Amino acid sequence: MRRFAQLFAEVDRTTRTNEKVDAMTAYFAVADPADAAWAVYFLSGSRPKRLIPVRRLSAWALEIAQIPEWLFDECYDAVGDLAETISLLLPPATSYTERPLHEWIEQRVLGLAKLGEEAQRDSIRESWSALDGVERFVWNKLITGGFRVGVSHQLVVRALSRASGIDEGTIAHRLTGHWKPTANAYRALLAADTSDADRSRPYPFYLAYALEGPLEELGDASEWQLEWKWDGIRSQLIRRDGKNYLWSRGDELVTDRFPEIAAAAEFLPDGTVIDGEIMPWANDAPLPFAQLQRRIGRTKLGPKILADVPVVLIAYDLLEIEGRDLRGEPLSSRRAQLATAIANARAESRFLLSSIVHATTWDDARDAHGRARAQLAEGLMLKRLDSLYGVGRRKGGWWKWKVQPFTVDAVMVYAQAGHGRRASLHTDYTFAVWRDGVLVPIAKAYSGLTDVEIRELDGWIRRNTKEKFGPVRHVEPVHVFELAFEGIQASPRHKSGVAVRFPRILRWRKDKPPAEADTLDTLQTLLREQS
Amino acid sequence: MLLRITDRGLYCEAGDFYIDPWQPVDRAVITHAHGDHARWGSRHYLASSEGRRVLRTRLGADASIQSVDYGERIDMGGVRVSLHPAGHILGSAQIRVEHGGEVWVVSGDYKTDPDPTCTPFEVVRCHTFITESTFGLPIYRWQPQSEVFAEMREWWSANAKAERASIVYAYALGKAQRVLAGLLDADGGAMGPIYTHGAVERLTRDYRDSGIALPHTHHASEMPRGHDFGGSLVIAPPSAAGSTWLRRFGAASPAFASGWMQIRGARRRRAVDRGFVLSDHVDWPALLSTIEATGAERVWVTHGFREPVVRWLLERGIDALSIASHWEGEEEVESPAAGEEIVA
Repeated sequence: MRRFAQLFAEVDRTTRTNEKVDAMTAYFAVADPADAAWAVYFLSGSRPKRLIPVRRLSAWALEIAQIPEWLFDECYDAVGDLAETISLLLPPATSYTERPLHEWIEQRVLGLAKLGEEAQRDSIRESWSALDGVERFVWNKLITGGFRVGVSHQLVVRALSRASGIDEGTIAHRLTGHWKPTANAYRALLAADTSDADRSRPYPFYLAYALEGPLEELGDASEWQLEWKWDGIRSQLIRRDGKNYLWSRGDELVTDRFPEIAAAAEFLPDGTVIDGEIMPWANDAPLPFAQLQRRIGRTKLGPKILADVPVVLIAYDLLEIEGRDLRGEPLSSRRAQLATAIANARAESRFLLSSIVHATTWDDARDAHGRARAQLAEGLMLKRLDSLYGVGRRKGGWWKWKVQPFTVDAVMVYAQAGHGRRASLHTDYTFAVWRDGVLVPIAKAYSGLTDVEIRELDGWIRRNTKEKFGPVRHVEPVHVFELAFEGIQASPRHKSGVAVRFPRILRWRKDKPPAEADTLDTLQTLLREQS
Repeated sequence: MLLRITDRGLYCEAGDFYIDPWQPVDRAVITHAHGDHARWGSRHYLASSEGRRVLRTRLGADASIQSVDYGERIDMGGVRVSLHPAGHILGSAQIRVEHGGEVWVVSGDYKTDPDPTCTPFEVVRCHTFITESTFGLPIYRWQPQSEVFAEMREWWSANAKAERASIVYAYALGKAQRVLAGLLDADGGAMGPIYTHGAVERLTRDYRDSGIALPHTHHASEMPRGHDFGGSLVIAPPSAAGSTWLRRFGAASPAFASGWMQIRGARRRRAVDRGFVLSDHVDWPALLSTIEATGAERVWVTHGFREPVVRWLLERGIDALSIASHWEGEEEVESPAAGEEIVA
């Protein structure tokens, strides 16, 4: 546990990617496989289900720390993180003992949920008295299911690759899906024989970067394939050994969420893997993303929701056909085989071949980009015809070119302190626009300001609070911000009658008085233009 | 009331003087030279003789400053005033005010942990104690500073091995010199060369002139262009973060030395490699034990987590009151920007 806590501290305190990878590599190079398996599990962002109600934890902590509940709450407000608050308030360990990570997890953490409250309390108290400092903090994070560390899945893969000499692609492939954190699974993960990959697993997704420079820098337009970029769920559909699997890009198996796509997969030949986008779709056009969210949130899919929100798979790449890995072939060849596979599948209503947007010149491409919103697409994808299917986010072969977001100038009306890195700074803001001389809230946004601006705004918020409702401060309507958002929808649940998608702050309009902020009419006009 | 809060600051009517006023007044008694306590523009200042050099640097050559030794009693309009060590920074004082048998003590900022750069804190018995509460929550319990300095040395030598400069952000007055003193080796030197930002350098000279032993420092801005800072340690005020002044140090490793670094969120927000928990204020246990040791029947709480401290005291039967400080929205700084003039 000490070594794992040390790894956490090393990764947590640096912002340099290289140092994070170095720290993980050093850990994996020497760690016992039983411990390393859990390290992989947690570093990649997996967590056990909630083991214990946090209210119980805080009650036991304040009992030990001998402080009243109100003071605990004050501390929590200042820290912004429950696991950290508890670890700071507890007295130093009385019986520090070093135990390996897997023992802590398997013997002290996983069984917690099944214990009665008394037994939980005894177990937790005993653990607290045996841990100190960072170890205690990390352990609290693990049992509250809040363990997060600033590394991406890809960085963990890189570190494992460096520690073992196995290539990143194989590791990423072996890690996708339901990976069980056992010593054997860890050994298998780093096994030299790379032919063993689980047949159900998707290939690592190839991801595009946002387009940076002018189109002309990409060379000749004729070397590129253009497609609409859809706002759905990026997925791989796998048919192997007579079974069908649908994986989302979040490495989640979503076959059961979309039974109609799994059923349509029966028409594909065995050994097929299609990369595409699950989209809610009706009458030859996409439905808003919010409709898809209605389906994602449900555990049981009744006939009504299946009828209300039909889905399709927009197929844009073929990674495997008849058991043959096509990722090493150029896009043009994969695309031709994809078209054949879809045509033969007799399930066109569920598989839509991603249409190619024809552009012989970059000006054509710009024209098409201008039409994206009318297509209800969120932009264009640019893919080199000779690009191979890569692993992870790589520059060069594929680019995404999103349409300019919608923007609106809105007035900040409420502010709330953030959590974690943003604890005790007001970083969560609510913005409003005018309707008949009254400000109506339209969006909350958390990101888009620099640290310096956040600090400045925080000081202003503290001095200009009109009212407090718990942690929320009602502030003087003075500051105007330009907000960007990706889409707009009618919403009876919001006071303003509209809901915007992905709102974020573009800039602080210090030059604009609040009276010049936008009105609700502006948003309603956008809404009408959309539908 | 012997002392009361006015819009200019804490005022003693019987003696007609203010303590740490935030607006210009006739007579100001100053606890210490940080910008939020020693403001410009008053006609006469009274302060400790230990801190006279740094206060002069802060207030300028023209300020009228009277110095008194710790414990020396002076009469101000029939009120007995004396200054007692607060252990916060060089020359920091608690102000004891006595009139008609009633004793009040204004703590200013203080700490009870040992600090080689100033006279240690001294408990002064009183009826009313006006205390700061910067770190007045039980999450603030300082680890021994020997551990903090050991970590700092370890970090410095790891950076030196990688030929990187180590930059410590520390308040220019007090914290910077405490860090320097903590890096002082037995032979009077340090592990490697130490460079300072101009704001730090000037005050560091005041400290040396006041007889405080500190390792040798070089003013970074006086180094020739292209000078190699690799492996050295640099002490700069927090306001230098993100400035162009830093460019000369290349790919350096930044750290921040402050009590706020106790909280992970604060550390991460500073985007530094290391947060060294090093405070010049009392932590929660020391705050409570100090209040108890003064024997005060009444406690006024200012600067920081006032409300929780007041509530804690009231629940223990101590007559406590929260006193609004002029400095709102400064929870993040130990001494506000006023004292952080950017001089390279």
